[in-house]
Amino acid sequence: MIILIPVLICLGIAVVCAVILTVTSVFFSVKEDEKAVRLRDCLAGANCGACGYSGCDGYAKALYDGSCDKVNLCTPGGDAVAKELSEILGVEAQDVVEQVAYVACNGNCDAIPRRYNYQGIQSCKAANMNYSGDKFCTYACLGYGDCAAVCPNDAIEIKDGVAQVISRKCIGCGMCARACPNGIIHLIADVSRVAVVCSNKDKGALTRKYCNSGCIGCGMCKRHCPEGAISIENNLAVIDYEKCSRCGKCTEVCPVGCIKEADYTGATKH
Amino acid sequence: MIYKELILILMGGVLVNNYVLQQFLGICPFLGVSKKFDQASGMGIAVTFVMLFATAATWPIYSYLLKPMKLEFLQIIVFILVIATLVQFVEIILKRFIPALFKALGVYLPLITTNCAVLGVTLNNITDGYGFLESMVSSLGVGLGFWLAMVLFAGVRSRIEPKAPTKALRGLPVTLAAASIVAMAFYGFSGVVENLLA
Repeated sequence: MIILIPVLICLGIAVVCAVILTVTSVFFSVKEDEKAVRLRDCLAGANCGACGYSGCDGYAKALYDGSCDKVNLCTPGGDAVAKELSEILGVEAQDVVEQVAYVACNGNCDAIPRRYNYQGIQSCKAANMNYSGDKFCTYACLGYGDCAAVCPNDAIEIKDGVAQVISRKCIGCGMCARACPNGIIHLIADVSRVAVVCSNKDKGALTRKYCNSGCIGCGMCKRHCPEGAISIENNLAVIDYEKCSRCGKCTEVCPVGCIKEADYTGATKH
Repeated sequence: MIYKELILILMGGVLVNNYVLQQFLGICPFLGVSKKFDQASGMGIAVTFVMLFATAATWPIYSYLLKPMKLEFLQIIVFILVIATLVQFVEIILKRFIPALFKALGVYLPLITTNCAVLGVTLNNITDGYGFLESMVSSLGVGLGFWLAMVLFAGVRSRIEPKAPTKALRGLPVTLAAASIVAMAFYGFSGVVENLLA
C-alpha cells in the first residue's frame, strides 16, 4: 500500500501536466497546411537564395500562397525538385536550367603583381575599398575568398590567389556571384563549353603591362568564330551562348589564353 | 533588511554562484548556442523564463505536497516532469508568437528539458531552505547569470574564433580554453557581493 501514494501523486501531476499541454497546444497551435509543409520539405534546403527569395522557407511560402508560379527556380534541387513541386501544386513541370559558377579572372599571383601590401581585414569587400584592391588590375579576383566563405557547398577554393570553382560541387545558387565585390563571378548554363576568363575592360596595351593572361581585345576569337558568336565589348571578348556551337576554335586562337574550354559540367579548366 | 537579503541572493546567483561559470551546470547550451549574440541572448531569456516558472511550480509542489507526505525522495522525478512540461509549454508559445526565435534556437530549445541548470536551481532552492519569494529571486538571479554568461561568452567567441592561432586550436579547443578563462575571471566576484552591502 505504501507504494500507492507516491505512484498516485506522480500520476496526478503527470495528468495535470498533460491537460495543461493539451490545452495550450490547442489554443496556441500554429496552423500549418500539409501542402505548405510538403512544399518546404522537397526543396533542397541549402537556403542559398538562388530562387530569388530569402531562403527555402521564403520560396515555399511564395509557391504556397500563389505569389510565385515558377517551380523551376530551385537550381540546387534541379529537375527532380521541380518535378516534385509541380506534382504537389498540380501544375506543369518546367525544366531547371542547370547552372554553374565560373570566375572570370585568369590572373594568379604571379601573373598580376600587387601594387601595395594590404594588411587589413582579409576580405575582398574590405580590400576593394582601398583603391579597388591591391592588384594592378582593378577587375581582377582579389583572392581573399568572400565567395568561398558564402558558398553553401564548399565548392570554391582559393588557389594561387584566385578563386576557383570546383564544378562538380557547384550547385549553381549564385551566392558567390552576389558576394563578389568586383562582380566577376558569373553563372553559365551547364551545357556551355567555353568561357572568357577575364573581366578586364582596359585597353589592350594597358592590360598587357600588368597581366600576361588578360583579354587585350585583339579580336582574334571574333575573326575565327564560325558562328559569329563572339563580339568585343569594351576591350573584352563576350560570347553569345545563343549562337555558340561549342566548337572551341576561340580557345585555340586566343593569344593570351583567356578563353578556356569548360569541362563536362561547364566550369573552366585550370 | 529583507530587501538586502533578496538583493544578496540575486547578485549571488548572477555573479558569485554563476551556474555556468562557477558550478559548471548547463554547459551544453553554453557551448552550443553561444556562436551568435542574438541566439545566445534568446536562449538566456528562454532559460530564465523556464527557471522562474519551474520554481514557481516546483516549490509549492515540494512544500505543500511532497514534504507533508514525507515523499521528499520523489522530488527529482516530479521536478523533471514539471520542467519537461514547462519547456514544451514555452516551445508552443514561442512557435506561436516569436517564430524567428523558435527557429534560431532549434534543437536547443527542447534540450532545456535536460538542462541541469534548471533542475539544479529548483533543487538548490529546496536544499538552501529558501521561502517562496527567496526561491523566485534566486531563480531570477541564476537565470540572469546564465544569460550574462551566454552573452559575455558569445562576445568572446565571436572575436576569438576567427583568430585562433594555429590549426590545431581552431574550433572547440580554443572555445573551451576561452570558457575556462572566462570562468576564472568570474572567481574574482567571490566575496565581493557579500561585502557590497555590509
